[in-house]
Amino acid sequence: MAAATALPAPDTFEEFLEREQAKDLLRFTTAGSVDDGKSTLIGRLLYDSRNVYEDQLESVTKASVGRNSGTIDFSLLTDGLRAEREQGITIDVAYRYFATPRRKFIIADTPGHEQYTRNMVTGASTAELAIILVDARKGLLPQSRRHAYIASLLGLPHAVIAVNKMDLVDYDRDVFAAIESDFSLFLSRFQSMEPYFIPISALAGDNVVSRSARMPWFHGPALLEYLERVPVGNRAQRAPFRFAVQRVVRPNPEFRGYAGTLASGHVRTGDPVLVSPSGRRTYVAGITTFDGDLEHAQAGQSVTLTLADELDIVRGDLLAAPTEPPEIARSLEATLVWLNETPAQLHKRYRLKHSTRQEWAELKHIEYRLNINTLDQEPAQTLEMNAIGVVHIETARPLAFDNYLKNRATGSFILIDPVTNATVAAGLLSGPAAPHAAPSDPHSVTWRMDHGSLVVSLGGSTHSTGPLPVSDPEALAALQRFLEHLQIVPPDSEKK
Amino acid sequence: MSALTHLRQLEAESIHILREVVAECQRPVLLYSIGKDSSALLRLAQKAFHPGPIPFPLLHIDTGYKFREMIEFRDRYTAELHVKLIVHTNQAALKEGSTPFAWGTQRCCGALKTTALLDALRDGGFDAAIGGARRDEERSRAKERVFSFRDARGQWDPRNQRPELWNLFNTRVATGESLRVFPLSNWTELDVWQYIHSENIPVVPLYFAKLRPMLVRGDSLLPVEQPFVPRLLGEQPKLVKCRMRSLGCSPCTGAIRSDADTVPRIIEELVTMRRSERQNRVIDYDQDGSMEVKKQEGYF
Repeated sequence: MAAATALPAPDTFEEFLEREQAKDLLRFTTAGSVDDGKSTLIGRLLYDSRNVYEDQLESVTKASVGRNSGTIDFSLLTDGLRAEREQGITIDVAYRYFATPRRKFIIADTPGHEQYTRNMVTGASTAELAIILVDARKGLLPQSRRHAYIASLLGLPHAVIAVNKMDLVDYDRDVFAAIESDFSLFLSRFQSMEPYFIPISALAGDNVVSRSARMPWFHGPALLEYLERVPVGNRAQRAPFRFAVQRVVRPNPEFRGYAGTLASGHVRTGDPVLVSPSGRRTYVAGITTFDGDLEHAQAGQSVTLTLADELDIVRGDLLAAPTEPPEIARSLEATLVWLNETPAQLHKRYRLKHSTRQEWAELKHIEYRLNINTLDQEPAQTLEMNAIGVVHIETARPLAFDNYLKNRATGSFILIDPVTNATVAAGLLSGPAAPHAAPSDPHSVTWRMDHGSLVVSLGGSTHSTGPLPVSDPEALAALQRFLEHLQIVPPDSEKK
Repeated sequence: MSALTHLRQLEAESIHILREVVAECQRPVLLYSIGKDSSALLRLAQKAFHPGPIPFPLLHIDTGYKFREMIEFRDRYTAELHVKLIVHTNQAALKEGSTPFAWGTQRCCGALKTTALLDALRDGGFDAAIGGARRDEERSRAKERVFSFRDARGQWDPRNQRPELWNLFNTRVATGESLRVFPLSNWTELDVWQYIHSENIPVVPLYFAKLRPMLVRGDSLLPVEQPFVPRLLGEQPKLVKCRMRSLGCSPCTGAIRSDADTVPRIIEELVTMRRSERQNRVIDYDQDGSMEVKKQEGYF
């Protein structure tokens, strides 16, 4: 079995070391349920790329012996889950590490069934690629659609659709083709994501590390080969310059610098920068690092910038390219993924952490909740754990940000409950919140009080009761509570 | 413009984490264990706060049983870096005679490490303890957070961990609660050695192979440092070319036979260990002969 990933052997040890140092890094996430063979696939990737230590292997062989003599159960290599279930620990995201001669990999391994939304969103938040496993015998299931939707929501540029268990369908080309065509149609809704379809057998090792002789009809690279070659880090490099100030550095009266990480783009000494949200402009005077001053820095680097003018800049300020400024708003539209057992509460104030900034933020309005199985928009008064919804949020002070799909680092935030300190939601910013529009959903019901009349909007049509014989404000309040109890939404603009 | 190499990415990520701790926590401290991961962590801290000094003290929990070479290295290196070093030892337990042989490793570690650490953190009023632990060290750590919450008793509840997304870390704690912060979470053992190599970072000489007196018991090499380590009848130390793969207390740290006397040769050793044939990799560490059982059942 010729490894598809073979590189010519280095001539000297120095050459080998240089090559090791020059590797880049791909972070990917895996989605699929236990039955899809996800653990087996990861175990196979680690084992066949020779990234398994003696002790790991030993513990696996211990467990496999007696069950299935003579073969290794690859799923056990990564199956912390088994032990965790016995111990009653929450099933959660686990991180795994491996390397090939070309690249290092970090896998965010997320369980497929329980808490799948919360876990997959967490795993996908740092990933550039998702492997979505599909069982060849079962075809495209609702959960595959959910996984693809979450990958696209989180802005992953690449997805591998691994049609697994091809050995159980006799490596049939038509089975693969049917799934590919089904899934392609669904995925065409998510323009930003580039899918790669591949037929594999994780158990038998087909098309995992090496191309399979049993599927000569498939001409694409094996899974590992694809993972080694897929371009990484491009989006952040191409996006405009963004740099959130982490700390103001003043070790002595002569030096005043701003420490931070380039969220995106590039910066050079002498470049003009816009300070948000204050709107002031200045120039980069220097890029300071422990290893000496730099002329140039790129997305992902942690540096300290000095600026030409002494401006009042604090932690949380965003330095940006003036030609491509960030958006600045207090009223924000965002997609929220609810992560906590306590559901979202309208009009509650949360701590919002965005880049290096923390603000008070109020959940003003829930536009809709997304039905993750049908992708339909449903009216909602709250978001339960694992729910995804589009909301309006208002921050105490203006926030400088970008649309999440344009810039992950400046388009993401988390919400923290100020009492329990729990991280309750993940947020993806889309833009400033539009003034509240009349609902177009035919099933939605809203109401408002207008000169003593109750006006109810049912989808497109509006109905008024005419002036109500209610002069008692308490009776009116009781009516309002009743309507709220029925989860009928008052328009945001009328509530102020 | 090409992407940053994996080491540069890991470095930048760790620097970002260290700066977040200092920006958001009241009284951080770096748990300094003297080992290679601590050495890498110190270099990252230098980089994170340059041109300023490292803005937090170092805390070493000294069990009293560390290798002499570790303590020498600790005192020399921390003085060179002009960092503040706090050393804490559970003297009461030592007086009561805590050794891994008298008390068993669990109880001895509990007293000299865990209790000592919690006491020192409480005494110092530290709300964030930065450590050099990595997720690849063992399976149970694969799910540890970068910012890991501890309750008022300093305990970890794996059932109730905060979700951690992007690089947005939730550092909020109530009075008495604290965080453990792991900037090296995403590094592997190989990454750390490559970084030590490329950055020329000083490490304790015990990592490098040389002839050392050892008690040889099967595949195990036990260092001769503490007089209380019991010897078998007539057992004498032998000079063995060996090195430590990880550093801890001398009675509980075994050496490995090795010729790797430079950082590149350690890297080479690590890589070939990974790449060796399966039969060579499966070393029977068990004392109960379980490998026999496996062989009988037909694994090989």
